[in-house]
Amino acid sequence: MSDVIIEVSGLHKAFGNLEVLKGIDMSVKRGEVVCIIGPSGSGKSTLLRCVNLLEEPNAGTVLVNDFEMTDPDVDIDKARRGIGMVFQGFNLFGHLSVLDNLTIAQRKVLKRDAEEAKSVAKENLRRVGLEEKINSMPSQLSGGQQQRVAIARALSMQPAVMLFDEPTSALDPELVGDVLGVMRTLANEGMTMLVVTHEMQFAREVADKVLFMDGGVVVEEGPPAQVIGDPQHERTQTFLRRVLNPVHAHD
Amino acid sequence: MAMSRRQRARTFRGVQYGVLVLAVVLIAVFADWGTIRNAFFNLDAAATQFPEILSTALVNTIIYTGLGFALGLALGLVLALMKLSSVGPYRWLATIYIEFFRGVPALLVFIALGYGVPLAFQLRFDIYSTAAISLGLVGSAYIAETLRAGIQAVPPGQVEAARSLGMSQSRAMITIVIPQAFRIILPPLTNELILLTKDSSLIYLLGLARTEYELAKFGREGLNATGSLTPILLAGLCYLIITLPLGYLSRYLERRTGRKQDEGLKVTA
Repeated sequence: MSDVIIEVSGLHKAFGNLEVLKGIDMSVKRGEVVCIIGPSGSGKSTLLRCVNLLEEPNAGTVLVNDFEMTDPDVDIDKARRGIGMVFQGFNLFGHLSVLDNLTIAQRKVLKRDAEEAKSVAKENLRRVGLEEKINSMPSQLSGGQQQRVAIARALSMQPAVMLFDEPTSALDPELVGDVLGVMRTLANEGMTMLVVTHEMQFAREVADKVLFMDGGVVVEEGPPAQVIGDPQHERTQTFLRRVLNPVHAHD
Repeated sequence: MAMSRRQRARTFRGVQYGVLVLAVVLIAVFADWGTIRNAFFNLDAAATQFPEILSTALVNTIIYTGLGFALGLALGLVLALMKLSSVGPYRWLATIYIEFFRGVPALLVFIALGYGVPLAFQLRFDIYSTAAISLGLVGSAYIAETLRAGIQAVPPGQVEAARSLGMSQSRAMITIVIPQAFRIILPPLTNELILLTKDSSLIYLLGLARTEYELAKFGREGLNATGSLTPILLAGLCYLIITLPLGYLSRYLERRTGRKQDEGLKVTA
């Protein structure tokens, strides 16, 4: 088992004439938490979505968990089982209860029996602090609760790595903390995580490595103390000034 | 004479009521009530209709419609998936089928299946098969378009979530998309069922044995036997027994899904 779990090299992605990713090289080691920050339109969500091939890159390779995602002959469904994904819009299955949201893929994809799937689901609901919502429908939950259920759903597949695509951007401010708390616990338990986020405080405290992206390239990367605390590039400095102190961002 | 806005509104309403009262009075005075009652509310004629109008005609109408709807639903689902296929020829075939059967009168389909096919191919179906196939062919064209719209109304994030959990495209379609599409289209689907119920009356053309009578044919036979319009009125009322509750169901479902979607939006917003 190699030390590196995600290896992206020479990644290019364009939507029509719009070039969104212009040659990305990056990697995530097992057990690492990597945060991707950057202005909107910088390509960070597209990069994340290329990792589990929700977007198909135009060039470059993506290796995840010893699967070459970009190989046309890869068993993509099998490869994705090991990659948990949490979306900005939660994307819980609206017609299924919380329990069924957590068990359906276990049963249909991993072929677990009902009993086992349910116990895994319960365990993961407990991890996100929502055991009592097991029989609720998604529409009965707050945004923060929905997102925690979505995290539990991804965890129920026992993935080797978790991808988070701006998981708190759609939440009311008072609900952000619960979701970040769950993610922090996950990180402390040693889960490998790749997180696109605007939460600088979270990135600073939880990440092992921070990538700053702008204009489809990785401008700067390193430990959070360096990238967020003492950015070297002017673009990073400008971005952080705007994000950390929005009221006084005159420049 | 200049009138204020209120005076004008009052005068206008007064005239409308005046016309209405005049019409009612004229009808009451000049109508031949004896003949009308005899035509529409002839109790002797009505008595001859029972119990077969319920035990045979109503039941058969429900059976023909149910069979047609079941076939239409199955065929409609296949057509909807064909229409969304990435393979061009599937899309074209589905489009041609849908446009054809939506565009021709259901009556023509019944004639083709009831008389045309037996003559041309020496194939004779029993009446239930003919009814199911004819109604299914016509219904599937409408149902396919409704279903396609429903499938496309399921947010793409649902498929992305399913795929990222390792489900294949078809697995995601079956377990995640289609069930939600059906919830979305339940109200329009109920309306298709109402239309199909009424279209089932066209079977009367095909020459039915007495046990195969549906409501329209039964009413017509009643008319011939009694010379009264009462059987026709009764048949009409029996259609309402089916269609009115369906209509209420459709509107209830519409309100419910509308409310659900509002709730969903509130949470995601």
